[in-house]
Amino acid sequence: MTELKKTALYDLHRSLGAKAIPFAGYKMPVNYPLGIMKEHLYCRKSAGLFDVSHMGQLVISSNTQSMQFIATELEKLLPIDVLGLGKDRQRYGFLPNKEGGLIDDLMISNRADHYFVVINASRKEIDFKYLKENISKEIDVDLIKTRALIAIQGPQSEKILSSQIGELSSLTYLDVKNFSYKGETLWVSRSGYTGQDGFEISLPNSLCEVFCKNILEQDGIEPIGLGARDTLRLECGLCLYGQDLNETITPIEAGLKWAIQKVRRAGGEREGGFVGQKKILKQIEEQPYFKREAFFPDGKAPLRSGTKLFSDDKGKNEIGMITSGGYSPSLERPISMGYLNYNKFNVDEPIFGEVRNKFFSVTLTKLPFVPTSFKRN
Amino acid sequence: MKFTEEHEWLESDGDIVKVGITEYAAEQLGDIVFIELPDIGTSVTKGQEIVVIESVKAASDILAPLDGEITEINNAIVDDPSMVNNDPTGEAWFFKMSLKNQGELDGLMSEDEYKKHIE
Repeated sequence: MTELKKTALYDLHRSLGAKAIPFAGYKMPVNYPLGIMKEHLYCRKSAGLFDVSHMGQLVISSNTQSMQFIATELEKLLPIDVLGLGKDRQRYGFLPNKEGGLIDDLMISNRADHYFVVINASRKEIDFKYLKENISKEIDVDLIKTRALIAIQGPQSEKILSSQIGELSSLTYLDVKNFSYKGETLWVSRSGYTGQDGFEISLPNSLCEVFCKNILEQDGIEPIGLGARDTLRLECGLCLYGQDLNETITPIEAGLKWAIQKVRRAGGEREGGFVGQKKILKQIEEQPYFKREAFFPDGKAPLRSGTKLFSDDKGKNEIGMITSGGYSPSLERPISMGYLNYNKFNVDEPIFGEVRNKFFSVTLTKLPFVPTSFKRN
Repeated sequence: MKFTEEHEWLESDGDIVKVGITEYAAEQLGDIVFIELPDIGTSVTKGQEIVVIESVKAASDILAPLDGEITEINNAIVDDPSMVNNDPTGEAWFFKMSLKNQGELDGLMSEDEYKKHIE
């Protein structure tokens, strides 16, 4: 086994008493002494600091070509409106393969003279290679290793972060802005993956520890591990690549049609023209029979990723699978997301999940389990 | 009290032993949200998975510490699994069992031996 990588915050995690686990090749904190449940609730109520430096940070730029050229090239790989993404704005997107499945999902920012893309830790080498090989040679793709990535999330995040870097009230959800901090530049976006208001900050590795220590000295913020990051994103119905998304699931099946702007859909000004367009455009028109859904297990047992779903309690008619599931600290009950195959299932039929050879009934519900609370205009 | 390598404690009262998990185990598991106990009257053999315990992050099993039969279960921890995090060696016992062979209890670890085991 290759040795696990460490982020720039590794020593701080240790000093804070984090319990470390291997995750996507990194030694990452799963929780701190507070524990997943209390960390989750603290973030919802006040604010949390997350080390997400294991994620990939790509800078896409060109010495010879315009941003418009780069956007046009990116639109050949991403089914989203890149050309229409204004300066200092960020949006969600993904990289489909030829069959319409997803290589990865991502956040892309227009940072005036380059695009900045945040990708999943487990996919960064794959994405990097794919982009290098499939984009114009006039465009440079860099996977930057010199910067850390920190998320500050929760209702108190604006107040806490602004105490260190200055006024943030002019930023709304998915705005992007540079801030100076100890002579270096922080790349700040008003976004995150908890479903709450918050920020992500890309900053030089060398500054990361002092920055985080200063943030954690403020009242109302606690360090939060990957355990609570998972329960927070699940409550808001956000997909985790490798569980809810993979190379065989299309964005339409995953319920991500909203992320494909009309300009790229059939009849739009820049319709199609992206990898995987055939299947994705067809599914937008026809509705897929295989769809991501939300479930409430009726009992107390959590139904986790990998749980098979049946329309009977004998395990005869398999209709789908749970891809993310666990206990919701906010709702104090188990919640799950997964996929249902409507060729094998009618909505008036019961649903059972099989755990340890037992069948537990579940009820279809709607996402999100907990409403999002972004700061919109 | 006696202890197993699987982080269970056993307290004997005549022919019956009360079984629970140690503070160390409860802390390692994290916030416990679901517990499934065996039925009363179940015959169990040492090492058999007899309790399902789920924390916020994962499911784990608790193994029968010795051979015997389940005589009583603590439904209070099923109703409120967080009791196990709060009072693992007191109120939050899991089940009581009669042992097939009382003598086997002596083969388990003492408190001092268990403390060394988890160091």
